[in-house]
Order: sequence, then C-alpha cells, then structure tokens
Amino acid sequence: MAHLTRSFEIKARDFSRAGEVSIEVQGILKTIGFEADCVRRASICAYESEMNVVMHGGDGELSLTVDPENILLEVEDHGPGIENIELALQEGYSTATIQYREMGFGAGMGLPNIKKNADFFEIHSQKGQGVHLKVGFKVDGDNG
Amino acid sequence: MKLADIRDTLHAQVIVGNDKLDLSVKAGTGSDLMSDMLTGPTSGAVLLTGLCNVQVVRTSVVAGVVAVVLVRGKQPAPEMVTQARKHGLPLLSTPFTMFSACGRLFDKGLRGVEEKASRS
Ligand SMILES: Nc1ncnc2c1ncn2[C@@H]1O[C@H](COP(=O)(O)OP(=O)(O)O)[C@@H](O)[C@H]1O
Ligand SMILES: [Mg+2]
Repeated sequence: MAHLTRSFEIKARDFSRAGEVSIEVQGILKTIGFEADCVRRASICAYESEMNVVMHGGDGELSLTVDPENILLEVEDHGPGIENIELALQEGYSTATIQYREMGFGAGMGLPNIKKNADFFEIHSQKGQGVHLKVGFKVDGDNG
Repeated sequence: MKLADIRDTLHAQVIVGNDKLDLSVKAGTGSDLMSDMLTGPTSGAVLLTGLCNVQVVRTSVVAGVVAVVLVRGKQPAPEMVTQARKHGLPLLSTPFTMFSACGRLFDKGLRGVEEKASRS
C-alpha cells in the first residue's frame, strides 16, 4: 500500500466548513480500504480536533500521514492555546460558549474521546501559542 | 428495518433520500447532543434529533449514522439540505415528538444502538 501525506487548512470560526476536512479524511481512509473500526476511530478523532480548532483555536492545519502500519493525524493551530492541559483533558471540562452548546457541542468530552479512540496520543500547548495534537492508530494486517 | 418503513411509521416527509428508501437501518438513536453521538456506537443507526443545523449532518457522516429524522416537524434550512445531499445522507422530518417517534420505531422492532453493540 502506498504511503500518503495530505494537509488541509482549518479556519477558526468558519462553521460553513467545520467538519469537512474530517469527512475528506474519512473518505481517503475508506478508499484505501482500512478496516471499518479503524476508519471510524480516526475520523472521530479528526472531527473532534477539527471542531476544537474551529470553536476554541485559531487558524490551523490538519495533516494526515498513512503508511502500511499506521495512520497519523497532526492538528496544529495558532490560537490562544490551552493553559492547563490536565484540566482540559478531564471529562466534562469545557469553556464552550452558549452558542456552541446550542449547536450540540461543548460537553467537554472531545479531548477525552480523542484520547480514548487513539492508540497514540500527544498534546502540546502553551498559553498564547496554539495547540499541537498528534494522534496515531495502529493498523493491523494487509490493507489496501 | 428499511428507510421506507421509518418514513411510514413516523408519517415522515422525506426531504433528502427518496432514492434510498430501500436502505437498511440497523438501530436507532435519539440525541440533541452531538458530543454524545461521537462517544457511543452509532454506526448503521438512524438518528432522531430535535437539533436542526448543518453540524448535525457532518457529525452524522463522521459517526456513521445512515439517516437523520428531525422531530416535531422541524424543517431544515437550505444549507442543511444542501449538505445532506452532498454527503448522501437521507434527511426526514416527522410531526411526532422525540418520545413518540422513538416509541413508534421501537414498537415496530427497531432497537437502540447499545443492543446492537451487545449483539455483535
Ligand atoms: N485548539 C484549541 N485551542 C484552545 N483551546 C482548546 C483547543 N482544544 C481544546 N481547547 C480547550 O479544552 C477544552 C476541552 O476541550 P474538549 O474536551 O474538546 O471539550 P469541548 O470542545 O466540548 O469544550 C475546551 O473547552 C477548550 O477550553
Ligand atoms: Mg471539543
């Protein structure tokens, strides 16, 4: 199976496109022929992190890297960053506004959900410097 | 259960997906919380929701939901219809409330996603 790297721009507060990058990633992973559960977990992580950039972050980028054994997602934005990562990772912690809650988001389950679904999880951030998230998925067997 | 059965059971209007009435729906889920949709098993399910915005469509696609039914007769904005069409996601609207719509489908034999999870 081919190695593949693709990058996508994510615009902060752009709800006309919020989630489209993740749906494109889902399509690519399905087309390659990865197992359904793996595609689902990776797509959910992509979507939760894309929505976080749109709602809480600044303009950023999602990169997808695929090789025969791994799917890697890197999501980086240049927004306000997260001051207390440990707190942000707790289930239920959210700074989401009423507007986001009315859209069905802001339950504070995004980052914990990403961590749960990923086989590899790394997050770096400093106040004022954006967020850099890396999540990986082990792919078993002979896809593509 | 077929999408056509869901339409009939819920007296629903099919806004997108008249070409997909033969689609098989494995389970049902009812939620207004998109975050919940992403944390539970929803693959192959129909989503009943009172939430009526574009993000419902995108969340459903990511979560593997196969059709969306808006309850209480809600009508989607044109942008939501456009997105549902673009992503090939059937979109229906039923006059029933969330409780009644879920009950009617359950009565016809459709079960929740957790039962689908425990069966498999
Ligand atoms: N990219 C980001 N930039 C700034 N803050 C973020 C970012 N991602 C997450 N956060 C912070 O972490 C919190 C928890 O995120 P999450 O678990 O996804 O829950 P939710 O998005 O529902 O608030 C957010 O409310 C926000 O304060
Ligand atoms: Mg989030």
